[in-house]
Amino acid sequence: MLPEWSILLVSALYVGLLFGIAYFADKLGDRGRSLVNNPYVYTLSIAVYCTAWTFYGSVGLATQSGMAFLTIYLGPTLMAALWWLVLRKIVRISKLYRITSIADFIASRYGKSMALGGLAAVIAVIGITPYIALQLQAVSSSFDVLLYFPDVEAMETPRGVWDDKALYVAVLLAAFAILFGTRHIDATERLEGMVVAVAFESVVKLVAFLSAGIFVTFWLFNGFSDLFARAASHEAIQSLGLLHEIPGGYGAWLTLTILSAFAIIFLPRQWQVTVVENVNEDHIRTASWLFPLYLLAINLFVLPIALAGMTAFGPEMSPDNYVLALPLAEGHGALGLLIYIGGFSAATGMVIVATIALAIMVSNDLVVPILLRKQALSPSVDLSRLIVNIRRLLICCILLLGYLYYLLIADAYALVSIGLISFVAVAQFAPPILAGMFWKGASRAGALAGLSAGFLFWLYTLLLPSLAETGILGQGFIAHGPGGIEWLRPYGLFGITGMDPITHAFFWTMLVNAGLLWGISMFSRRGDMERIQAALFVDVFLRSERDARFWQGTATVGDLQELLGRFIGNEQASRIIYEHAETRGDRLADTEQARPELVHHVERVLAGSIGSASARVMVSSIVKGEALSFEGVMEILDATSRTIEYSRRLEQKSKELEQATQELRAANERLKELDHLKDEFVSMVSHELRTPLTSIRAFGEILLNNPEMDTAQRQQFLDVVVRESERLTRLINQVLDLSKIESGSAEWQLADVDMDRIGREAVEATRQIFSEGKTELRIEGGAGDATVKGDPDRLMQLAINLLSNAAKFSDPDHGRVRLRVDDGPGDTVQLAVTDNGPGIGESDRQRIFEKFHQVSDLQAGKPKGSGLGLAICRLIAEAHWGTIWVESEPGEGSTFICRLPRAGGEHCDLTAHVDFSGWR
Amino acid sequence: MSQEILIVDDEANIVLSLEFLMKQAGFQVRTAEDGEQALEAMEDHPPDLVLLDVMMPRKNGYEVCEEIRRRPEWAGLPVVMLTAKGRDVEREKGLALGADDYITKPFSTQEVVDKVKEILRDRQGGG
Repeated sequence: MLPEWSILLVSALYVGLLFGIAYFADKLGDRGRSLVNNPYVYTLSIAVYCTAWTFYGSVGLATQSGMAFLTIYLGPTLMAALWWLVLRKIVRISKLYRITSIADFIASRYGKSMALGGLAAVIAVIGITPYIALQLQAVSSSFDVLLYFPDVEAMETPRGVWDDKALYVAVLLAAFAILFGTRHIDATERLEGMVVAVAFESVVKLVAFLSAGIFVTFWLFNGFSDLFARAASHEAIQSLGLLHEIPGGYGAWLTLTILSAFAIIFLPRQWQVTVVENVNEDHIRTASWLFPLYLLAINLFVLPIALAGMTAFGPEMSPDNYVLALPLAEGHGALGLLIYIGGFSAATGMVIVATIALAIMVSNDLVVPILLRKQALSPSVDLSRLIVNIRRLLICCILLLGYLYYLLIADAYALVSIGLISFVAVAQFAPPILAGMFWKGASRAGALAGLSAGFLFWLYTLLLPSLAETGILGQGFIAHGPGGIEWLRPYGLFGITGMDPITHAFFWTMLVNAGLLWGISMFSRRGDMERIQAALFVDVFLRSERDARFWQGTATVGDLQELLGRFIGNEQASRIIYEHAETRGDRLADTEQARPELVHHVERVLAGSIGSASARVMVSSIVKGEALSFEGVMEILDATSRTIEYSRRLEQKSKELEQATQELRAANERLKELDHLKDEFVSMVSHELRTPLTSIRAFGEILLNNPEMDTAQRQQFLDVVVRESERLTRLINQVLDLSKIESGSAEWQLADVDMDRIGREAVEATRQIFSEGKTELRIEGGAGDATVKGDPDRLMQLAINLLSNAAKFSDPDHGRVRLRVDDGPGDTVQLAVTDNGPGIGESDRQRIFEKFHQVSDLQAGKPKGSGLGLAICRLIAEAHWGTIWVESEPGEGSTFICRLPRAGGEHCDLTAHVDFSGWR
Repeated sequence: MSQEILIVDDEANIVLSLEFLMKQAGFQVRTAEDGEQALEAMEDHPPDLVLLDVMMPRKNGYEVCEEIRRRPEWAGLPVVMLTAKGRDVEREKGLALGADDYITKPFSTQEVVDKVKEILRDRQGGG
């Protein structure tokens, strides 16, 4: 429907954009402004997990088995929760020992075994080939849908080789992979351009798929409920059992979930982006919540699109094409093009990363070891150039392999079924890697046997049948077994039937793989190298880079530099050796013997370029003398472990010390603060004492010096002297009271106190103060039981203080003071003293209970208080588990209320809870 | 014409005693009971000397002293601070703010009268 040239143009423009982004990112990286040191770019690059399979195939699977498509995302989501435990360890190991691929990891763990590395590389390549084919098929068929829709027959017709876009796509991707995947020979150097391009593609495919989903759900239908309601009434959907259970039952669910959980780590492209390209272990933390969210987003509309497709199209349309066909059917060519680009990006992202990862793996763990072993490399060959060229050639070969597989099985399979074949293949890596990381006992022989057997079973139960179904081997092979031997049927091995092919294959491969790994490891003797590597891997968090100085033999610095130079270029080699020496403060001459650390460093760098096994061989070829014995190495490792343990304990101690210091500092601060408070208190008291004393002394001297003063004035001055003396006495009493209260509860009596009686006695005691002025004093209440638990003298003091306070502040001419005792809310007794004085402003209502706080501007002409009376009241109230506060309207008087718990409550100790410290 | 003293203190009895002493010594007296009143009183015509308490509501003695020293028309106006805060730091603070002298409460009546007379004599002698 769309003109061919426009599709080609858009595809070419898109790939051009991708080139641009990768180039730009590489340039920035070279200038030290890396884009990949970012948890979000890291997470998006992990989303390379979502390929054309997700983009087109999930919908296809949903039409066959409903929610089963979700298992492929459930597994990774569950695994993401374990990433901090598993993935972080893999990343740490890989960084420390410069491991560049899955094959290298396995080889290195099991004693730097060339055989294991090679085997793993072969498994990876053969296992991933169907997956690459899947992407090519998806791109090719999406192209056809765009081109021929709605002519379904033309869409589904196989095309000749030159007419098929898959070939051109493969060529284009090979070019990209070569350009950005083989810039450096050291595979531990990051492929920043590739990572950023892949992260970008993850955004494109998400946007495209969400657009398709929103279009279908909200444009074609009226939201989710409308869509599901209409789909449910559709006959074809009901008969498919779409909304019911999944074929294969729980077994299939479980299998698919575990398979995909393995795949998210052990697929070579996932390993490349999550492990090799990881810049910072902390990024894993972000990815482990963000990546599941990405998966959720991209799966949101799978079911709606599947249902909409089934209602819209007949059985002749492949459900893998629904995503694209739905907008086209409505005449939205531009949206179709966007979705096509989304699918294209999903496919290209996978192919690029997978081929690069595989090429490095095969080159380091298969080709280079073979070349080295055959000693085909004369010293004159420029090895670094050779290795880069080998990788380039491998990229082409791997893509070609994928393309051939695609040609063989083209269109015979649904996308998802092809992908799952690859999943089972990479699941074979799980037993040797997981066991190798957590179990020191796993041996090389066990891993070799398990991996080989698992791979063979995979070939037999999945790969061969997939070829058979295309007609190459003959259908009888599947139905009746080779030569009619029933118990060798690939889908029902040893007579076990009733499982779908994937579950069946997963069951058998895992059984033989893990079984042999465990069984043989239990009974095989492990070599020294194996035991060393096992210790290095399992205890990786106890290791540091300087560990593992396993060389006691000698080599000159010049030899090492020459060796390194052959693989990574002389300039780079001399830089690496120089930098290493500098960090250690060594001075190097070419003829000097290299330290063991330098030898080890060179081996690690070499491992990044040619794999750990080959690096081992190369270094041992120039080092004279033996490598350290097992005992020697283990001794070093133990010593390092002990040192690390020791330094950990030291760190712990110093932390404890730091904490103790901090506590001491806090205590000291508190003491200083208390000291300051005490100073303040003394200064306040001194000020309050000096003030009346000043008047007394001044008038005393005046009276003394003026014996002829007239009587009235003499009388006035004497009156001042007397009143100020009283004030002084009051103040001294209150300071003494305060110090008594502060001295604690020991001297306090504990008795049942009737607050009514306290009120009456306090009124009697203060009667004199009131009778001097014109203030009227009344007592109210006294009906019910008002017994509290407490010290009668203190409570009396509280009541008297409140009354004398009221006497001071009530209206000078028509003063009225009222004391009232009654029940408070809950189980409490309240004593309230009300005056008709000027009232107290809001800002003063709290502070009035602080020491020496005086409400200044309202008491002109009044005798001054000590500023301690109310503060003492508060202390007494709180010591009795009570509260005290004031309610007031300025101009209309105030009411001071003290609320105390009634006797018989739970509080029988006084003052224990009151912090007097601020008072001293 | 006799010289005028402004007495500033929030303690009425202290004001009373100082007023008596200053009048007896032949000065005219005005009084204020807080910092703001004192500044208002000085606005019309400044006195010849201020006896200034420190701890007062609404602008304490330090603030009043600062204000006096900031205003050019009051330049050279003698300020004697009176305080019940007897610590050295407070004394130094008062002098640093520009007070001419600092008398600690309770004071000797003779000392206050002598000090006021002395400062005013010096001031006159100097011009």
